[in-house]
Amino acid sequence: MAQVKNKLTPFFENLNFERDDNTMVINFGPQHPSAHGQLRLVLELDGEQVVKAYPDIGYLHRGIEKMAENMTYNEFLPTTDRLDYIASTSNNYAYALAVEKLLGIDKDIPRRAQVIRTMLLEVNRIISHLFFIATHALDVGAMSVFLYAFREREFGMDLMEDYCGARLTHSAVRIGGVPLDLPEGWLENLAAWCDKVDHETKHTYEALLTENRIWRMRLEDVGVISKEDALSWGCTGIMLRGSGVEYDIRKEEPYELYDELDFDIPVSDRCDSYGRYRLYMEEIYQSTKILRQLITMYKETGPELMAHAPKYISASKEQIMTENYALMQHFVLVTQGMRPPKGEVYVPTESPKGELGFYIKSEAEPYAYRLKCRAPSFFHTGLLQEILVGTYIADVVTIIGSTNIVFGEVDR
Amino acid sequence: MAQHQVNYASAAGLPIALTSVDKLVNWGRSNSLWPLTYGLACCAIEMMASGASRYDFDRMGTIFRASPRQADVMILAGTLSKKHSEFARRLYDQMTEPKWVISMGSCANTGGMFNTYATVQGVDRIIPVDIYLPGCAPRPETLQYALMMLQKKIRRESADMKKRPIQDLTNQKGPRKARLI
Repeated sequence: MAQVKNKLTPFFENLNFERDDNTMVINFGPQHPSAHGQLRLVLELDGEQVVKAYPDIGYLHRGIEKMAENMTYNEFLPTTDRLDYIASTSNNYAYALAVEKLLGIDKDIPRRAQVIRTMLLEVNRIISHLFFIATHALDVGAMSVFLYAFREREFGMDLMEDYCGARLTHSAVRIGGVPLDLPEGWLENLAAWCDKVDHETKHTYEALLTENRIWRMRLEDVGVISKEDALSWGCTGIMLRGSGVEYDIRKEEPYELYDELDFDIPVSDRCDSYGRYRLYMEEIYQSTKILRQLITMYKETGPELMAHAPKYISASKEQIMTENYALMQHFVLVTQGMRPPKGEVYVPTESPKGELGFYIKSEAEPYAYRLKCRAPSFFHTGLLQEILVGTYIADVVTIIGSTNIVFGEVDR
Repeated sequence: MAQHQVNYASAAGLPIALTSVDKLVNWGRSNSLWPLTYGLACCAIEMMASGASRYDFDRMGTIFRASPRQADVMILAGTLSKKHSEFARRLYDQMTEPKWVISMGSCANTGGMFNTYATVQGVDRIIPVDIYLPGCAPRPETLQYALMMLQKKIRRESADMKKRPIQDLTNQKGPRKARLI
């Protein structure tokens, strides 16, 4: 039978591995339970030690940035949900904020909308961090933590569902504000959830893990990123703060209400996975602290939810139904889309994973001329080829878990 | 008298249950559906939530396996990109018979919102699909319902692989017809 040249022969694109010694090349992923999506790693091993690591990305490339060039600004918003799908609202918000800066209405967002947005961002941060601790522990081998953390995460998702109706892909933020006020009883549920998360973090996750001998052996001095490496590879978020650099965009370039809120930025000098794990735990406490402050702030706000900018944003439903001009405006905005002024904008925000920013170039058309998403996970994936070298094969999943990458935003 | 001892002389008769091989085999197959952890995108998070504490799929005999060789059902959860499609096909081929496929979410069904150059417009172009499950992302309850539908489907079909209808995957006219079950 003639040998059919099928696709099963392994091929490594653009890879040149020196194979004159007794090293072994193994393929990790893209379907691997610890690959956090679709990471493919090609690892060269000397015994059990990694000599060379090559992260291969693009298995979840969906052309989201290109889609933005053919969609109106409001149309594109639900697509941003699918970037970092563990904390959707942080993407919605980063995109909405960039468009608002472009339109010049970022100072006109009503106070109540700002409070609700900040609340949703922090709820998403906790959901994302709980997801991190669940999957990270599962990768390392602590299955019960996964089950416990998903329990609290489900309550957080119930909150999001009560607000916007979706569990995972929220689209809860609009350009110019938020679409809905908080439903009745939501704040009480939120306060109860904050207490529950605080309690469970302290008495379940930290009690199970922080002083756990196996957990410490698996995480301490594993995945060490020096301060210089973290800075030169473009790490942000906890990856950077875990290496002793105090940098949080919520403090450096405050957006929304973060300059009015009282919270701390935890920093660790350990530079290893254990230090980063401690930071995630600490950030959960800080987020609940922020949420409690926001609950009191909410009660002092007026009923306005959307910015008043008739050129770009539709009026309220009552006005559309009663005023002719508002209806005409709404018709134009729905059929043609808003036309921001010419110009370009880049706005960074602190997503649960790090610096998430959108760059938008506008040619005064209803479609963005170019949209670029600066996703933190992309940079952290690149870092893998540096920090995996010299580690043992058993630590590879720990390090991947510790970087907390999500492939929706790596490949876009 | 010990509890397990049976009085054969009584009216209940011999401890024999009459059934057919089909029913017995399908009973076993449908109640221990082990899915492959094949998370691709957002739906994978809902798939994980399905396996976690609140929805607890273990009670249905659904235990996620990391290896295709130990799995019965492939839950394709998320967007399948063209770059990945080759691996999807290979993983499907690596699974042992009998095997079933659930396409989870709009992206896997039809490409969903990602009608772009990079996305496969429906996984049924790559592998045969048994259950399509709508939503973006479908809730864990939806996945649970899909698994129950699949169980029903398995109970209906013949346990003998040769008697099962042959699905023509490609629908192409030509010499090379894929014979896939």
